[in-house]
Amino acid sequence: MSKHFAPACPPLGLTGDRIELAHGGGGLKTRQLIEGIFRPALAKRSDDFTHDGARLEIDGARMAFTTDSYVVRPLFFPGGDIGTLAIYGTVNDLAMCGAEPVALSLALVLEEGLAIADLQRIASSIRDAADAAGVAVVTGDTKVVERGKGDGVYINTSGLGRIIAKSPIVPQRVQPGDVIILSGDVGRHGVAVMAMREGFHFETEIRSDCAPLWAPVRALIGRGYDLHCLRDLTRGGLATGLIEIALAAGIEIMLDEHGVCVCEPVRGACEILGIDPLYVANEGRFIAALPEAEAAAALECLRGFDPAAAIIGRVDRATEVGAVVVDTLGGKRALDLMSGEQLPRIC
Amino acid sequence: VRHVDEYRDPAAARRYGDAIAQITTRDWILMEICGGQTHSIVRHGIDRMLPWGVSLLHGPGCPVCVTPASVVDAAIAMASRPNVIFCSFGDMMRVPGEAGTLFTARASGADVRMVYSPLDALAIARENPDREIVFFAIGFETTAPTTAMAVLQADREDLRNFSMLVSHVLVPPAMEALLSGPHNAVQGFLAAGHVCTVMGYVDYEPLVRRHKVPIVVTGFEPLDLLQGIYMCIRQLEEGRAEVENQYSRSVRRNGNERARAALAQVFTIEDQAWRGMGEIASSGLTLAPAYARFDARKRFPDIVVPTPNPSECISGDILRGLRKPGDCPAFGTRCTPEHPLGATMVSSEGTCAAYYRYRRLEAGEMALRRRA
Repeated sequence: MSKHFAPACPPLGLTGDRIELAHGGGGLKTRQLIEGIFRPALAKRSDDFTHDGARLEIDGARMAFTTDSYVVRPLFFPGGDIGTLAIYGTVNDLAMCGAEPVALSLALVLEEGLAIADLQRIASSIRDAADAAGVAVVTGDTKVVERGKGDGVYINTSGLGRIIAKSPIVPQRVQPGDVIILSGDVGRHGVAVMAMREGFHFETEIRSDCAPLWAPVRALIGRGYDLHCLRDLTRGGLATGLIEIALAAGIEIMLDEHGVCVCEPVRGACEILGIDPLYVANEGRFIAALPEAEAAAALECLRGFDPAAAIIGRVDRATEVGAVVVDTLGGKRALDLMSGEQLPRIC
Repeated sequence: VRHVDEYRDPAAARRYGDAIAQITTRDWILMEICGGQTHSIVRHGIDRMLPWGVSLLHGPGCPVCVTPASVVDAAIAMASRPNVIFCSFGDMMRVPGEAGTLFTARASGADVRMVYSPLDALAIARENPDREIVFFAIGFETTAPTTAMAVLQADREDLRNFSMLVSHVLVPPAMEALLSGPHNAVQGFLAAGHVCTVMGYVDYEPLVRRHKVPIVVTGFEPLDLLQGIYMCIRQLEEGRAEVENQYSRSVRRNGNERARAALAQVFTIEDQAWRGMGEIASSGLTLAPAYARFDARKRFPDIVVPTPNPSECISGDILRGLRKPGDCPAFGTRCTPEHPLGATMVSSEGTCAAYYRYRRLEAGEMALRRRA
């Protein structure tokens, strides 16, 4: 650890003296945590923390390396479970670096009292997901904590991938003239989990969208499209993914809000709860930024995987600050990073 | 939820905008009461479609915003008791009192749980007979009926470990206070559609007569709001002052009679302090004597709340429509949703939060102008 790091100094931009749930929400508070604590403590290069995964060169081989921890309540939800998420989430982070997943590690923290049957179910989900994603789980670890000290199961997976994209896939390469393609409808995972957790029942069951993303990304790379940036739309949803790219690249993205596919049950649930589907988490959706000349063909390719794929935005211009703007009845407005989790409205 | 898109259709919205421009011959100042309406207006840019000279002031209809800081502090003090499970709507958990927020109380060890309905709190009370469950009952006439139902249910089940910190407020007395205030500029109101769904609009009829001000019961979607504005301006231009109902797909003159009966049974009306607006006569609900045993203030008579410090926050003026967020030197700099100085920046229905979220480009320009 650098000797310049003084843990006693209050880090810039952090308020309060305790960790709140919102610090893990993926929005503004998470950024503050990274910028205020982790970057000063750990970063050696300027881009160390801007991406979901690190790009490494080991004896000439270009590799991507990433890690993620999974805490979800309930453990099982329509369309998946914590085991599915733990595989797809990490595989997808590798895919967003243009890397083919090679090997995963798997570490579980189990709470005393967890039903063995539940663990068995999770383990078989992990196997099925790893098979579907074409990746091997090669090493692992298990710890058990006292009852009440965990939420049943926490999982961490780390992933190693082989980068096959020729040019770096990073936000900084996104430029005016680029087009943004969204790989499918948004909002299903977050609403499915929230509905399950809070006991909401809707007419149509909403299933999580969790899915491995390497196949569509490999198809895009294989056809030689010049992918400037890829981003999977997990915590904070589509809006957060776009805003992070805009901030990192110093560009203004014009988002066509009406072009974003949100399925009817998710729209209904969001209207009732007063939450914005653009900010709801997904586990099997990504956006790709690439030159306009390649957009139509790339869209065609992605529609082979999901007919709901669509062009949802364009990069208008470079700006000093970076912004994502949408049209309204009375002019444009900018989207903002959410601070903390979205809270259902009162009335 | 179907039937949403047709209330957001841009072409129809533009036709309404043109119709408003056609009937408008002079400047008018209208106020929308409800925070949900404010949110929709700012999000969709409705205010920018109106003719120059027609302005919308944003009213006090955000339940989170008008809950006094001292009540938030009472909530935090109750939540911090070791045996208490404190249940609150999510929106309320980020609102700062002097002693922090319910979120920071939770981070410090308090058992604070987010619920969607007081009935969820009742379920928690049944499951935890050894703990004291306190529900934070806030909101307007929209949420008060479910609070009343929860009290009646708790009474039937004789739940002894359940109580409520009640801070329900009523809309018509606040409108009366605004209209009788020395600085009132409001010439017409868009009344809150959801409140009227419960209460009807009989109570607005004396207001209209007394103050000669048109009141249009209005919904929340862009076309609802534009139609409400159109109806209100038409009354003003024609020199009329009546109660009209734009939100007729949901609102009846007498409202929801069963809900009103439950309110009348469980609550009595008393004077109540509003955050930023001070005490307003007959504007609050408190538990009627027959249900006083569910009053958390009586169950925890010894809680002490810190004295409020003076703040540069102008949310009182914002809530009365006297100033807009851009007039506040702290807006977007020292006061953000991340670090709010006042409740109007916290709630998703708060005016400052709506401006911060949807008008950030302009907020940036304002900040630059101030620095220059």
